[in-house]
Amino acid sequence: MLTTKITRRSLLATGAAAAASSIPTGWAIAQPKPVKVGLMLPYSGTFAQLGENITYAIEMYLAEKGGKLGGREIQLVKLDDESKPELGLQNADRLIKRDNVDVLIGTVHSGVQMAIHKAVTESGTLCIVPNAGAVAVTRNLCAKNVFRTSFSNWQPAYGMGVVMGKRGVKKAAWVTWDYAAGAESGEGFKQGLEANGGQVVQTLTLKFPETNFQPLLAQIPGLGVDAVGSFFAGGGAINFVKDYAAAGLKVPLVGSGFLTEGVLGPQGAAAEGVETALHYGDGIDNPKNNAFRAAFKAKANREADVYAVQGYDAAQLLGIGLEAVKGNMENEAGLYKAMREAKIDSPRGPISFSKSQEIVQNIYVRKATGGLNKVTGVAVANLADPGTGCKL
Amino acid sequence: MSVFLAQLLNGLQYGLLLFLIASGLTLIFGVLRVINLAHGSLFMMGAYAAFLVVRTSGSLWLALPAAILIGVGLGLLLERFLFRHFYNREHLDQVLLTFALILLFEEFRSLLVGNDFHSVPIPDALNFSVPITAGFSYAAYRFVVIGVCLCLAAVLFFWIERTKTGAVIRAAAEKPEMVEILGIDASRVHLTVFAVGTALAMAAGALAAPLTSVYPNMGDGLLIISFVVVVIGGLGSISGAFWSALLIGLVDTLGKAYGPAFASRGGMGAVIAAAAAMSVYILMVGVLLFRPTGLFGGRS
Repeated sequence: MLTTKITRRSLLATGAAAAASSIPTGWAIAQPKPVKVGLMLPYSGTFAQLGENITYAIEMYLAEKGGKLGGREIQLVKLDDESKPELGLQNADRLIKRDNVDVLIGTVHSGVQMAIHKAVTESGTLCIVPNAGAVAVTRNLCAKNVFRTSFSNWQPAYGMGVVMGKRGVKKAAWVTWDYAAGAESGEGFKQGLEANGGQVVQTLTLKFPETNFQPLLAQIPGLGVDAVGSFFAGGGAINFVKDYAAAGLKVPLVGSGFLTEGVLGPQGAAAEGVETALHYGDGIDNPKNNAFRAAFKAKANREADVYAVQGYDAAQLLGIGLEAVKGNMENEAGLYKAMREAKIDSPRGPISFSKSQEIVQNIYVRKATGGLNKVTGVAVANLADPGTGCKL
Repeated sequence: MSVFLAQLLNGLQYGLLLFLIASGLTLIFGVLRVINLAHGSLFMMGAYAAFLVVRTSGSLWLALPAAILIGVGLGLLLERFLFRHFYNREHLDQVLLTFALILLFEEFRSLLVGNDFHSVPIPDALNFSVPITAGFSYAAYRFVVIGVCLCLAAVLFFWIERTKTGAVIRAAAEKPEMVEILGIDASRVHLTVFAVGTALAMAAGALAAPLTSVYPNMGDGLLIISFVVVVIGGLGSISGAFWSALLIGLVDTLGKAYGPAFASRGGMGAVIAAAAAMSVYILMVGVLLFRPTGLFGGRS
């Protein structure tokens, strides 16, 4: 009995679905159902504030547009991914298969991103990455339905390498954790430096997430380098910058922007003068950025940061796509084409997209001054990730 | 001073801090036979206690005594109301209890001060660096850590090796039944040992806080390496923990300093570099193979 019941039900469901899909488009435009946008982000744990800021910024953009993109209501479905890679696939599937989202925006953690990437490349769901920088997403694993509005790990460090090379640094060292993000950044720093006449003579690594940096720091004076480049984040970044200052090393410390991003408070005087490169910073004085920062502060009751900008641009990119196809997500080709060709006025400056659907953006040089990462210039304008191995 | 001597100093400082954490762990295991997984969380609590003391009073000098006092108090409460009921239970029950404590401590910390990173400022009088090689200096506070660790180690040695209480504790670790037969109140010994062990973990956290900053789950990584120290030193042996902590501090530091250079030489070089990265664990396997009870462990 039970089996017949289920069969009958599923038959009914299939019938209903068939009926729904055969409804003429004219009627669909008159009665458009909302576009479901899944936000798979960390709302708990170490990265909770990053997830929150991305979400606030997306909600801010939707509110600016009256809650509609391309004429269709936007319905947000939020899911806390807890930054746990082992739950990544399951969480992504929940949004895609149970909640039937049309778009998935996520996430922060690169390990979770790889799980999301697997899920969306299988289902074909449109995915916009608002933070995680794993280079594979827009290189060898690139997919036509995956866009990124944040950065590739390679980009900021490449900018820093270029600046060092142009300043005449011939030999540099690279210090990082022994994990993917550190190696991908290191590759960027090395290529940027080499393209401008310098080279990385030594890479020093520490097992993630250890913070006993002393054995590495003691080696630096003996290396005979003109600069030390570095990638650390969070607690590692705090300790590394403090230990570096306490070690009294004469060699200037520079890095990918995450070295001083959101941690200048606890780093205190140790960070003063440290130069880093990133796609955002304090004191970018353009009307878009000023308006964005004021609106974000009014909404979230705290200062906007790079993560908020990345979230805002994820929403802007989706908006451009949906406007171009008038809210008809069935028109995949039109949607992706419009997104790929988007030229967006971002709070960080003008942004566009490369063939591998990676963001093309300015990388700024910043100097830590009085608790702010003050932008002092542009390291590389309109920097695109090489997209090695992507066949789009 | 040559770079090599600077690396020895790094190893010594790291090893002494490890000793402070591992000594409490090995005492508690030796006498109470409890594997206290929450020991790393106690380290975290000590660091946050230091952070709060410095934030409210502005003085780091108060932080260490405060952490020790809180540690003793917390240890007494935990032993009296929780651990006491678990001595005769299986190891699995004990592991579950101490795992639950990790979650409780982290949640308590989250409610009290949130999940942000915080730095603990070094007092102005100590906020300078001492040049030790050409171009490499040592933060004065690191010397303070070395000094305080050595003092605490000396006090602990004296207490365990030269006092009557110490003799009872050693006896309780070696032959618990004998202690009972002699009419000594074992529950008081347990209470004392647990309180001291907890206080040591929290003192280590408070001492380390200005060097490491304070952040959620900061004790997790140290817990694992502390277990390695305890295993190599011999379960329950304070002098074992001391020498094994120094050994691990040195092996780990020298491995990190000189191992990676081999990687670029190709062939066997890569193997040596990989081995250097795991040197501490290779050392542990070696000790377990040839001296299963650890370097200083008598009891099997």
